[in-house]
Amino acid sequence: MNRIKGIREKIPDQVKRLLIPVVLVIAAFVVMRHFLVPSDFGKYGHYRASAIDDVISLEIKYSGHMVCDDCHDDIVEVKKMSYHRDVACEACHGPAAAHTEDPDGNKLQAPRERGYCPLCHEYLPSRPTGFPQIVSESHNPRKACISCHDAHDPKTPEAPKECKACHAEIARTKALSHHIYVSCIRCHETPEEHKVRPRDYRPEKPIRRELCGECHAKNAPAAKAIPRVDMATHGERYVCWQCHYPHLPEVD
Amino acid sequence: MDKINIERREFLEKLIFSLLSLSCPGLLISKEKNKEKTLVYEGGYVPKAHSWGMGIKINRCIGCGRCASACKKENNVPQLPFFFRTWVERYIVFEGGEVIVDSPNGGVDGFNRNIHEKKMLRSFFVPKLCNQCANPPCVQVCPTGATFKTDDGVILVDSKYCIGCEYCIQACPYGARFLHPKTRTAEKCNFCYHRLVKGMIPACVEVCPTQTRVFGDRKGRASPLVRFMRMHKIRVLKPYLNTEPTVFYAGLDMEVK
Amino acid sequence: MEKLAEHLWPILKQITGYIYPNEIELYWGMLIVIYPYITGLVAGAFILASLVKVFNVKELQPTYRLSLLTSLAFLIVAPLPLLAHLGHPERSLEIFLTPNKSSAMAMFGFVYAWYLMAVLLLEIWFDYRKDLIMWADKEKGLRRLIKRIITLFSTDTSERAVKFDKKAVKIITIIGIPSAFLLHGYVGFIFGSIKANPWWSSVLMPIVFLFSAIVSGIALVLLIYMVVTLVRRQELVMASLDKLANYLFFTMIVAFSLEALDFIHRLYESEESITILSQLISGKLFVSLVVIQFLLGMILPLGALAAVKLFRVPAELRRHVYFVSALLVQVGIFTTRWNVVIGGQLFSKSFRGLTAYKMTLGGMEGLLASLAFLILPFVILYILVKILPPWEKNRTP
Repeated sequence: MNRIKGIREKIPDQVKRLLIPVVLVIAAFVVMRHFLVPSDFGKYGHYRASAIDDVISLEIKYSGHMVCDDCHDDIVEVKKMSYHRDVACEACHGPAAAHTEDPDGNKLQAPRERGYCPLCHEYLPSRPTGFPQIVSESHNPRKACISCHDAHDPKTPEAPKECKACHAEIARTKALSHHIYVSCIRCHETPEEHKVRPRDYRPEKPIRRELCGECHAKNAPAAKAIPRVDMATHGERYVCWQCHYPHLPEVD
Repeated sequence: MDKINIERREFLEKLIFSLLSLSCPGLLISKEKNKEKTLVYEGGYVPKAHSWGMGIKINRCIGCGRCASACKKENNVPQLPFFFRTWVERYIVFEGGEVIVDSPNGGVDGFNRNIHEKKMLRSFFVPKLCNQCANPPCVQVCPTGATFKTDDGVILVDSKYCIGCEYCIQACPYGARFLHPKTRTAEKCNFCYHRLVKGMIPACVEVCPTQTRVFGDRKGRASPLVRFMRMHKIRVLKPYLNTEPTVFYAGLDMEVK
Repeated sequence: MEKLAEHLWPILKQITGYIYPNEIELYWGMLIVIYPYITGLVAGAFILASLVKVFNVKELQPTYRLSLLTSLAFLIVAPLPLLAHLGHPERSLEIFLTPNKSSAMAMFGFVYAWYLMAVLLLEIWFDYRKDLIMWADKEKGLRRLIKRIITLFSTDTSERAVKFDKKAVKIITIIGIPSAFLLHGYVGFIFGSIKANPWWSSVLMPIVFLFSAIVSGIALVLLIYMVVTLVRRQELVMASLDKLANYLFFTMIVAFSLEALDFIHRLYESEESITILSQLISGKLFVSLVVIQFLLGMILPLGALAAVKLFRVPAELRRHVYFVSALLVQVGIFTTRWNVVIGGQLFSKSFRGLTAYKMTLGGMEGLLASLAFLILPFVILYILVKILPPWEKNRTP
């Protein structure tokens, strides 16, 4: 006891007084922590466990590609075999959760105006080649898309006559080049079925240098203005298009 | 007798002192004592059993913006061009190397055909979203624990706990976060977590018409994502920051940042 | 939300190049500029005060208590702009209740609390204790009560107790210097540790912040000392003033060297971000960075102080040069903070474009609120000076 008393006497008076607010602050902090920290904080990690419940209880608005089949099996059946087989119903008809809850109370809309389909099918140079695109100003400007095309089974009314229906970017580029009058099939041998099942029947690329030589060889029977090369010495290891871009030949 | 007493007292004093010094840092350390081992959500979903990821095939994206549009509807993102959980960027590289990037209204209304004077070399679209980093800078800097990584690798935000300091927004290298103007709390993509736990896929993946976005479980044996990762050479955004994203890109261009 | 949209639409038109769509709203505004500026003044003023106690710089004795009170006044205001900026100020306590150990911002709360309670308040308390007891004896009523409460009703003015006070002040100062370094270095770390932002991300950031803080703190005490002495119609102690200016000059050289090193290092490493950062510096930040921060805030006062040191200049002119230099330094350091905080958000993390910052007049983030936050510390300092007169003549022998 004497020892503790000795220590106590050694502590100056002002320090003892200071200890009171110090203890008060620490006590207030501990009490606050006890009462204000949410009880489920840190249960699974450094967060409020019920935060997960808050997130997962949010309302679902897009009900997913499976539910439509329950009532609209006829349409789903058609669409399943069409070009649009990978396009979810809700991509065009909008979120359907409310509709599946109450089919009559919440009718879904179908985009019938001309502006909707071009979101995907308007010609943009940035779109991957082969994706079907149109230029809407010149593509039957006054007609609604659905008057010719069935969105659930989109086929062109007749097989596209011209390659640019799907390869617009290449067609555009070619139109600005010296090759404007060279038709696509002059170089790309294309099976007729490509127009209907484009990915199953693919056009070919030239495998012979002589194809280009038909116009560009020294002795080719073609217009004088066409640039000529000596086929024997000019880049003999490669097929021409391995260096040149025939859709826009790199000459001035 | 007295000697023993003094020794005992000394011992007790030391004991109390060392206990105090041990428990003082304890004030700072969070109360994570009752950490449970396996967490099961309501409905039987076990987060530990999954590891979600998204694959994006640049060569397929047509820039229709249906993903960005559906995301806003599914997640109540304000319909203003300043707030996006996901958006689509368009890159145009011209001859000579100049690059133009745009994302009008995040791509929600699609893209216009811009007429450029120069000759285009290549062009493509890039969908962007929260990368759900395995090493997330936003979680690192959150002062309160209002944003956190779940066991299945998705980063969530606790909108009832977020103080709105916006430090996480500054720390995200991908610009994926924003402050929700109504709730005044941080917001970002969470892979539609409310859908995931019910066995559904994110809304953006649901509506993507060209299968540009594939989604799946990296822990599952077969999923579109696993196949995607098998068949493509993939890259992540800003790999040098070591954030270890779980959004993977196939065919990513060097100009994409 | 409509108001925010109204604010953001015009900014959309000012964007050059490409920025991520979420970057159009510039999240850290004027309030976050004020916050490191004020914490810098706190740390700077304290370090100046500690020169007296630790390094025994006798000339600065007249400014010792004034520095301490200045530091306290600014420290009280420091967290307010932060608080006002939060989306949910009412949840701010969470930083203390469930601090995320990996977050620099969460740890800053504790650094702040430590600095306020364990360093500043304690040092002031020990330094003033004896005087307060003496002053209380001479006064009556409420004034007497306030002073008694501040002393925690201690009455011991024995030689032993006073000796202990002096020792305590010295020890606290020694702890206080690294604490002040920590306090402001930490603010630098909050920015310097953001690897996503190349304008902020730098190991030098904490130390650059620290030295600019010391510069601003010394300049502030110099200004306050001059103004207060003028208002009280007292004679300026020229030796003190020269010493202050001396310290200002040397810390400015260190601060300038560090900033130059940071700048040259960035330029030399020339990383991915260099193109957009060069655009930023030569464009949107040219006036605030090159003209105000560099030329007006650094080169001009540095040159003026050097000139005064080199040539024998009469005291009257010296005073004027000191005053104007200190004022310029304040403006310079404030724009330094501006250039870090706002500048760091003007370019996109896609490194492809720049956005704009538009300050409003009203509202929490507006000009008026910002001015209020900058004036408030002086109001608090006035009150503190009334309760705890820092003048040497009031010191009880």
